[in-house]
Amino acid sequence: MNSVYMDNNATTALKKEALDAMLPYYTDIYGNASSKFYRVGRDAEQALYKLRESVAKSIGAEYVNEVYFTGSGCEADNWAIKGIAFANKKKGNHIITTKIEHHAILNACEYLEKKHGFEVTYLDVDEYGFVSPEAVEEAITDQTILISIMMANNEIGTVEPIKEIAEVAKKHKVIFHTDAVQAIGHIKVDVKELGVDMLSLSGHKFHGPKGVGALYIRNGVRIDNLIHGGGQERGKRAATENLAGIAGMAKALEIAVENLDKNMAHCKKMRDALIDGIKKNIPYCRLNGPEDEGRLCNNVNFSFQYVEGESILMMLDMKNVAASSGSACASGSLDPSHVLLAIGLPHEIAHGSLRLSVGEDTTQEEVDYVIEVLPPIIQRLREMSPLYEGVEK
Amino acid sequence: MYSEKVMDHFANPRNVGEIENANAVGEVGNAKCGDIMKIYMDIEDNIIKDVKFKTFGCGAAIATSSMATEMVKGKTVDEALALTNKAVMEALDGLPTEKIHCSVLAEEAIRSAIEDYKKRGGVVNE
Repeated sequence: MNSVYMDNNATTALKKEALDAMLPYYTDIYGNASSKFYRVGRDAEQALYKLRESVAKSIGAEYVNEVYFTGSGCEADNWAIKGIAFANKKKGNHIITTKIEHHAILNACEYLEKKHGFEVTYLDVDEYGFVSPEAVEEAITDQTILISIMMANNEIGTVEPIKEIAEVAKKHKVIFHTDAVQAIGHIKVDVKELGVDMLSLSGHKFHGPKGVGALYIRNGVRIDNLIHGGGQERGKRAATENLAGIAGMAKALEIAVENLDKNMAHCKKMRDALIDGIKKNIPYCRLNGPEDEGRLCNNVNFSFQYVEGESILMMLDMKNVAASSGSACASGSLDPSHVLLAIGLPHEIAHGSLRLSVGEDTTQEEVDYVIEVLPPIIQRLREMSPLYEGVEK
Repeated sequence: MYSEKVMDHFANPRNVGEIENANAVGEVGNAKCGDIMKIYMDIEDNIIKDVKFKTFGCGAAIATSSMATEMVKGKTVDEALALTNKAVMEALDGLPTEKIHCSVLAEEAIRSAIEDYKKRGGVVNE
């Protein structure tokens, strides 16, 4: 079997159409979109408007100018958290988020706590990773200036009740941001329908290029700059626009939105085949995240008792399968994934986690291959594990 | 990220298993941290006649267990006690910085087995 890519939650392959959309901005339309006094600059400016219009349409924004391009999803998240905190610190110093956010959110919040005197509530989630809108409401104080809750979790695929939480935020007049980096292109995202004030997205999670993202900011929301400099992005985010990247992202998003139902159905089929195959063929395993309802269509996450995740990844790699793990070794820290701990897994079970994330290009053959090679890998590692002693007998 | 030697010892670990009538058994690490190494030895006349290991852990944990057992097999108890994590690392052509603790664990596992041997006075426990 050629290489089997099962890490689409980490990044996706750039689509040919997206690449084609990018190339003219490296060759013909190389102008600076801020240089309006000559043709190639004006061409770039006009292209930028069209691309912004396209992204705004793809996410259901009411106004084109509510879309701000950034250098990544991580930047969009950082901007949302710090920009709102600094712009509203006279109103209050309290932020609400969850324990399972991406580190772009968590570490930005921690920074505000440590260096700028903000207070942050990190909400618990249930055993499947769901945040309850009631818990959000209970956490709101008269100091609360921002609620930031992810739309879909990148590790265990939990899709949060964003619409309900947005209603709570609105009722209490608190700004609501959602990190939709993992969700967009894989579930329907319409900012008006969701009722969110801000939303982060990243190009490379839906077959667009890396190094480009966007932050949707509803008109009327006051936010400080994160990147200071020139007057780009309505003076809100300095830096010469990465037109090629933006073009690739806009194109990939257009295609993702157009084919959403078809891709979701396909991914779900592949996901469920993986889940069923693993459950049937490997004892002592546990599906992390929701069973079906409320699970991202492309995410599979299992814990295998008595073994450690990095070893699984290395053995899968020898079989040409690319996947990821929430073990401490795989995450490069001392603790296993904060998400797996937040859903209540003991450390040793969290260390034995494996994430397989499918995509629109994943085939049944590839799924069958993973189900064929994974059980002997787990068995081999278990036979090597002192924790498994006695279990097999 | 890993040297070829580490990959070789991970993919084809030497001395995996248990020794039924071991007269020295040592276990170090804990599941919470994600590494446990258990070493079994059969020591006769102060010489490590056989050594086996079982490890729960990452690639480096498995590879260092494999290498450390290779390095003490057939050696005297004192020679085995002199094994350092640095020697294990060098034998594996190095480890990434964040994996150095695996080699420390391997050194400790060997030492723990020998301590067990000394405590027992060479008696085989059930």
